[in-house]
Amino acid sequence: MSVSEQSEVGAGRHEEIRAVPVRRPGRWVAAVVVLVVVASLIRSAVANKNFQWHLVGQYLFDGRITHGVVITIELTLIAMAIGIGLGVLLAIMRQSPNPVVKWASWLYIFFFRGTPVYVQLVFWGFFGALYKDVSIGVPFGGPVLLHASSNTLISSFNAAILGLGLNEGAYMAEVVRAGLISVDEGQTEAAHALGLSPGQTLRKIVLPQAMRVIIPPTGNETISMLKTTSLVVAIGGVYELMSEGAAIYGATYNPMPVLITVSIWYLALTSVLYVAQYFIERRYGRGFTRSERGRWRARTLALSTGNEHGAGPV
Amino acid sequence: MVMAAGVRKRFGLLEVLKGIDLEVRRGEVMCMLGPSGSGKSTFLRCINHLERINAGRLSVDGELVGYREAGGKLYELHEKEVARKRAEIGMVFQHFNLFPHMTALDNVALAPTLVKRLGREEARRRGRELLARVGLGDKLDTYPVALSGGQKQRVAIARALAMAPKLMLFDEPTSALDPELVGEVLDVMRGLAKDGMTMIVVTHELGFAREVADTAVFMDGGVVVETGPPGEVLAAPRHERTRAFLSKVL
Ligand SMILES: Nc1ncnc2c1ncn2[C@@H]1O[C@H](COP(=O)(O)OP(=O)(O)O)[C@@H](O)[C@H]1O
Ligand SMILES: [Mg+2]
Repeated sequence: MSVSEQSEVGAGRHEEIRAVPVRRPGRWVAAVVVLVVVASLIRSAVANKNFQWHLVGQYLFDGRITHGVVITIELTLIAMAIGIGLGVLLAIMRQSPNPVVKWASWLYIFFFRGTPVYVQLVFWGFFGALYKDVSIGVPFGGPVLLHASSNTLISSFNAAILGLGLNEGAYMAEVVRAGLISVDEGQTEAAHALGLSPGQTLRKIVLPQAMRVIIPPTGNETISMLKTTSLVVAIGGVYELMSEGAAIYGATYNPMPVLITVSIWYLALTSVLYVAQYFIERRYGRGFTRSERGRWRARTLALSTGNEHGAGPV
Repeated sequence: MVMAAGVRKRFGLLEVLKGIDLEVRRGEVMCMLGPSGSGKSTFLRCINHLERINAGRLSVDGELVGYREAGGKLYELHEKEVARKRAEIGMVFQHFNLFPHMTALDNVALAPTLVKRLGREEARRRGRELLARVGLGDKLDTYPVALSGGQKQRVAIARALAMAPKLMLFDEPTSALDPELVGEVLDVMRGLAKDGMTMIVVTHELGFAREVADTAVFMDGGVVVETGPPGEVLAAPRHERTRAFLSKVL
């Protein structure tokens, strides 16, 4: 900043600037309109007897509802775990030099993304009718490792897990693939030049960097999965949150307070996922930001993991 | 240490290396220069089998690169063997290619732990020594994003040295640097040469080449146009193409 030429402006030039800000009446108007709309919506919801808030309070920790919450969490976590594992596998297969492997991955994704998850869930529900027994072993007459009747192996819960997880795998495959191709080729090259094997390069160099790109859409997928679990009514016999709720209002013919209770729980679970995503993103954001906040984050993280030097001088 | 005889490399129909014959002896420094697209990077990448050659013979320390010869036949090496041989050759890139998700020290200590199965503490101790040697003893826990170009390239050199390579390949290590940062990287390389490291350096730093190189090579269009002591090739080139190129670089 050159100050020398401005000496005529006067003595005030070293003081902090205190200018009158531009007036923006439009902002005030917009804020007031929004607040009025929100306030009247809340008022109508609270005042409307039909919502029956006292019943919402009762249902919130009703044993059936909390049981449904637990099942919903289980379904979400297990189906996402299957989906992510499958997604990584399919994404790596997509990049394989082996055309058969590549083609198989493509076909899988095509099939599972191309049909509604509801249809897939119904299909898994009827699996026992299609195949009476399931054997796992070497095909075409080889030894059998596991043999069971479909109905014992594929309980409704397992059918729900399979339906949701296999479907999710197809979506996660594309998420993971986007992450993998976002990593600069120079990274692979440098790793190979150091003598890392292709597997080590993938695990230590490419995947950790791909995570930055993979996590936000995975958070999206998880939140989506949380709510998609309500579709397992297609199978029947799995009492997750929505099914438990439906069973309650099926008996009372009074859906409104139950639906509100269920919505509150879905919102609460989604909030937990937000927090989890924040921490995971922070973990994989290390080394990618120059900003003050990024450095601060990296430093607090380094301290909390027992790294004696923190992020070091910058 | 490095023997190339009739090395050819094609990308599809484009022949990028058209029969390269070169030799680098142990402890020697070879500087390669030539216009962009003349095949210098490709040649370096062939030496550690990041690219496979289409014809000719290329060997490092008496062993063929990427192949095994038995009974007059060539057998492709398994990925693991290729990786093991690459571990003995250090490579430094124009754009550093540091691992951005790791601190400087982790960049340096990674390969020794994964490839050489060195204990984590031992690898980190040696990493600290190497970073101190390239003048970055105070940047151990800094992420690459917070380093200057010259510092990044010095970390990259330390990372390569951590594998105790018998040969170092440098692909335009200073071309992406601001002019005032070139010196610090060249100083490190000069030190390496003095310690007897065998090096192949693609560079257009003629001063460095004149001072450090035992051999200078001028490449153009996928062939070696001229090779000899830097005093001759750089000061009194015999070929018109070399002369034309040097007049542009200077
Ligand atoms: N992977 C590749 N596929 C196709 N062409 C390539 C590839 N790598 C390099 N080339 C071509 O090979 C030629 C030589 O490239 P390069 O070795 O990078 O030259 P230099 O390093 O001397 O500038 C260029 O024409 C370049 O376009
Ligand atoms: Mg090049």
